[in-house]
Amino acid sequence: MSRQHDFDWLRLAYRHMVTIRALDKKAVALQRTGQMRTYPSSLGQEAVGIGIGMAMQDKDVYAPYYRDQATLYLRGVRLSQILQLWGGDERGHLFEGPAARDLPICVPIATQLTQAAGVAVALKSRHEKQAVVTSCGDGATSRGDFYEALNLAGLWQLPLVTVINNNQWAISVPRHLQTGTETLSQKAVAAGIEGIQVDGNDVAAVHDAVSAALEKARSGKGATLIEAVTYRLGDHTTADDATRYRDKQQVSDAWQNEPIKRLQTWLHDNNEWSAGQEQALQKEVQQLIEKAVTDYLAAEAQPVDEFLQFQYEKMTPALLEQQALIKARSEQGRDNS
Amino acid sequence: MSNKQPQVHELTMVEAVNLALRRALNDDENVVILGEDVGTNGGVFRATEGLKQDFGFKRVMDTPLAESMIAGMSVGMATQGMRPVAEIQFMGFIFAAFEQIVCHAARMRNRTRGRLQCPLVIRAPFGGGIQAPEHHSESTEALFAHIPGLKVVIPSSPTRAYGLLLSAIASNDPVVFLEPKRIYRMIRHRVTDHGQGLPLDTCFTLKQGSDVTLVSWGAMVHETLQAARKLEADGISAEVIDVATISPLDFETIRRSVRHTGRCVIIQEAARNGGVASEISARIGESCLPWMKAPVQRVTGFDATMPYPRHEHLYMPTTDDIVAAARQTLEGI
Ligand SMILES: Cc1ncc(C[n+]2csc(CCOP(=O)(O)OP(=O)(O)O)c2C)c(N)n1
Repeated sequence: MSRQHDFDWLRLAYRHMVTIRALDKKAVALQRTGQMRTYPSSLGQEAVGIGIGMAMQDKDVYAPYYRDQATLYLRGVRLSQILQLWGGDERGHLFEGPAARDLPICVPIATQLTQAAGVAVALKSRHEKQAVVTSCGDGATSRGDFYEALNLAGLWQLPLVTVINNNQWAISVPRHLQTGTETLSQKAVAAGIEGIQVDGNDVAAVHDAVSAALEKARSGKGATLIEAVTYRLGDHTTADDATRYRDKQQVSDAWQNEPIKRLQTWLHDNNEWSAGQEQALQKEVQQLIEKAVTDYLAAEAQPVDEFLQFQYEKMTPALLEQQALIKARSEQGRDNS
Repeated sequence: MSNKQPQVHELTMVEAVNLALRRALNDDENVVILGEDVGTNGGVFRATEGLKQDFGFKRVMDTPLAESMIAGMSVGMATQGMRPVAEIQFMGFIFAAFEQIVCHAARMRNRTRGRLQCPLVIRAPFGGGIQAPEHHSESTEALFAHIPGLKVVIPSSPTRAYGLLLSAIASNDPVVFLEPKRIYRMIRHRVTDHGQGLPLDTCFTLKQGSDVTLVSWGAMVHETLQAARKLEADGISAEVIDVATISPLDFETIRRSVRHTGRCVIIQEAARNGGVASEISARIGESCLPWMKAPVQRVTGFDATMPYPRHEHLYMPTTDDIVAAARQTLEGI
């Protein structure tokens, strides 16, 4: 672990990672009982999201993809909102606090990267000492938007930090079937920017890399590509079954290196963590998650005509006509379970 | 501005586009122009000519040749309060940007419940009739008109290009602004640089009439007006409607006219299947049938890949085609 971090910092990072793992576990359980829609867990990758989130300042802007609940949480998005998003309610995207200007989570692969470059152009043009962080998976590095965004970032020296969450898999396709390059970080060379690889299971290492890249970006020295090497321990989403394509041995090997146990062991070995502290933390986190679930399940239903309301700034005559139809359908009591 | 008389210019359509862009850059510092060749070269059609010289690279940006990035970065900029006006050099190359426009620009407001909006304009020259190479002549406006959350605007004259583009830039919704390049330099209008936009929620009735309603947009408005004059000479009174904003569609103006005349011909350059004419026709069927004296006619391109220049003239609808269709509606069922 990095010398830059004191034990308080490490305990905080540990706490955040434990929280996100508990949230993921709960979300999957809710899905299995029909109270959650398709959910992408970040099991095993908590150090990447938490490392990014702890490195960002409130004034920076974040352009996440769909597996980034950890960073969103640190950006001030409520845990209940994250559940709401994956529970099928757009109001989960009503981010507040530092996340108020952040982009929504992005489902089409890699498209958030060119958008993040645009955000960086906006920040740069206002001469604000701010930077943009965006993240993507290893599969995303195969797409045009990945290259197009990096190319622009290098050309225009944009304050952009791109973190590749290299969890080794794009659904069933392993990293070695995705690209001929040896590392993903070396793709930065073609864009004329710095590319670095970090241990994505070491929250302090991720934090240090992202912090340095952000500092560089904020001071006008341009973009960085960071490849965080980690492993997706779970299924791709709750709709996936990773046993169909993945070797058991590989997964159990990966468990030996997972970020939470690793940090816990480190803290423990340094006499900075006890069984009692662990127990207390688990209890606290459980309460946090239970509260999030209660809030999620108790949220009043979305007004039925809201999905017409936000198509345009103002309702159009056609939408007003269709609103009546939706009201009627809703009053007939159509089931949405 | 207030004590100065607004300037009046005799302009072609592409010059009117340039004037509107200049005005928008002047009036709102959040407006920026970006795209391939839009800077020093002023765009391959010269729509952005002189703007980089006068406003600098930070406002008029030559981007790398990457359409998805041009659209994607525009989305990102727009979410942070800028008003990007991106040029896609030809509409035939917009497809790499289609994903960003459809999956992100169109959905940003809805996805975030209004937390973020996406006030961008994507401009693209489109349409046939100029003997251009492959991929430079299609009219695929219906692909965008089908997408909720987008506005799709098509000017048919210098005056409307100026006013509609200013409104498109001022709109807080994303606008796909399609410029029929066949008429970029066909006519000149006196355009007053008053900085006022034209409404994006209404069709323009260009000529009143009582026997048949002719509905069109973009370059075909010219053949449509010519057809109306030919019909007039034969004592047939045609009403001419320029749809201008094809999505969201102001159907009310069309409905009122068609209920009055009882006959309708819709003219589009685009292929027939699934086009905007199909939508207008369907809506007439839903709400005007008791008033109709004849079935709706469509004059359109063919359901074929846009032919190379040697056969282009066979593809493009003509004034005579429109006159013939109008006559057919008058001859009864
Ligand atoms: C453009 C696009 N193509 C396909 C999909 C379907 N899809 C969803 S996730 C995924 C794999 C992405 O893998 P990676 O980028 O490595 O991220 P990870 O999910 O592993 O974090 C695919 C193919 C998509 N969302 N977007």
